[in-house]
Amino acid sequence: MDANLTRDDAYSDGNMLGGPLSEIFAVDLTGAVGRCAGCGLQGPVAQLRVYDRAPGLVARCPRCEQVVLRLVRGKDTAWLDLHGASALTIPLAPAP
Amino acid sequence: MHRKAKEGADAERRRLTTTRRGAAPGTTSPAGSESQVLRARAPLRWLVAELVDRRAESRTAQTLVFDVPGWPEHLAGQHVDVRLTAEDGYSTQRSYSVASAPDGDRVELTIQRVEDGEVSPYLMDVLERGEQVELRGPIGGWFVWRPERAEPVLLVGGGSGVVPLMSMVRTRGALGGSAPFRLLYSVREPDDQLYVPELLRGEPGLDTEYLYTRAAPPEHPRPVGRLRAEDLVRGGWPADQRPICYVCGPTGFVENAATLLTGLGHDPGRIRTERFGPSGG
Repeated sequence: MDANLTRDDAYSDGNMLGGPLSEIFAVDLTGAVGRCAGCGLQGPVAQLRVYDRAPGLVARCPRCEQVVLRLVRGKDTAWLDLHGASALTIPLAPAP
Repeated sequence: MHRKAKEGADAERRRLTTTRRGAAPGTTSPAGSESQVLRARAPLRWLVAELVDRRAESRTAQTLVFDVPGWPEHLAGQHVDVRLTAEDGYSTQRSYSVASAPDGDRVELTIQRVEDGEVSPYLMDVLERGEQVELRGPIGGWFVWRPERAEPVLLVGGGSGVVPLMSMVRTRGALGGSAPFRLLYSVREPDDQLYVPELLRGEPGLDTEYLYTRAAPPEHPRPVGRLRAEDLVRGGWPADQRPICYVCGPTGFVENAATLLTGLGHDPGRIRTERFGPSGG
């Protein structure tokens, strides 16, 4: 199968992070707007390029391809690396 | 999630079983009195989903109908994670888009067979009515369409990327949404089409156009080939009408469609995309 994969097909996108991140965060993060620490691009988490053919999930900036987020789920821990995201803006219901 | 060597996948497939009967860890039903707001804030849990029906959609796709007690109402476009666990504890999961409109505890998933896959052949060939899997969802707050939105909608689906778009079409029909919809549905050949009778029947305010990439029915006006800008001009909305565009399919298809839409002047902020990666199955 690998030989048939074009470079374009080697990734999916941040929509698929919704389930794994729901184990950690109480709100949906796919609609959160992140800022890439590498190039400054701002965009929804759903639009990150996600590579999942590894022990964990690696999400890269769609413009500069720098790693924005990494998530590894172990048996009883989750390891979340956000060093490539300089900010996250998360939509919430209005404060009471 | 990564694809295993074929032999390994076959071995794992034999060992996969349905989930244990009764409550799986952390799958108690939410109280009926829980408010929608609290429910939305609660972390997603794995719920037990019982297969109640299945129907063929094409040579290589089936819709599986699950009863999921405690299912929080989903939005059109959302997906679920399905988890299978073997008796020895080996576990694997896949994401599938919800195909149906919100309908109580009933959730329909359309599964496209991946021949050397690990999960889709199990769901399509082995899982029997009355058996259970674990399901987590609904997931996603970005690739969603809300029926109260009134602006025109362009849906662009490649292959089984039409599944979450069909949930949008059905939700619009079920809840009486007024937004005009246009669906551009790209498939390799007629036998690959999903939801044929339903889309043929159509509904007011929905225009559907098929794009064939390998073989078209006789007398189909469009030559076979991948999605082009002129397809989006003919079957879509002009950019100045400010439609919301939902694009779903294999990664290459989605990148091409999104680039073409941007090139036609559509606001990138109004193009919502969902890509299938390499690891399905």
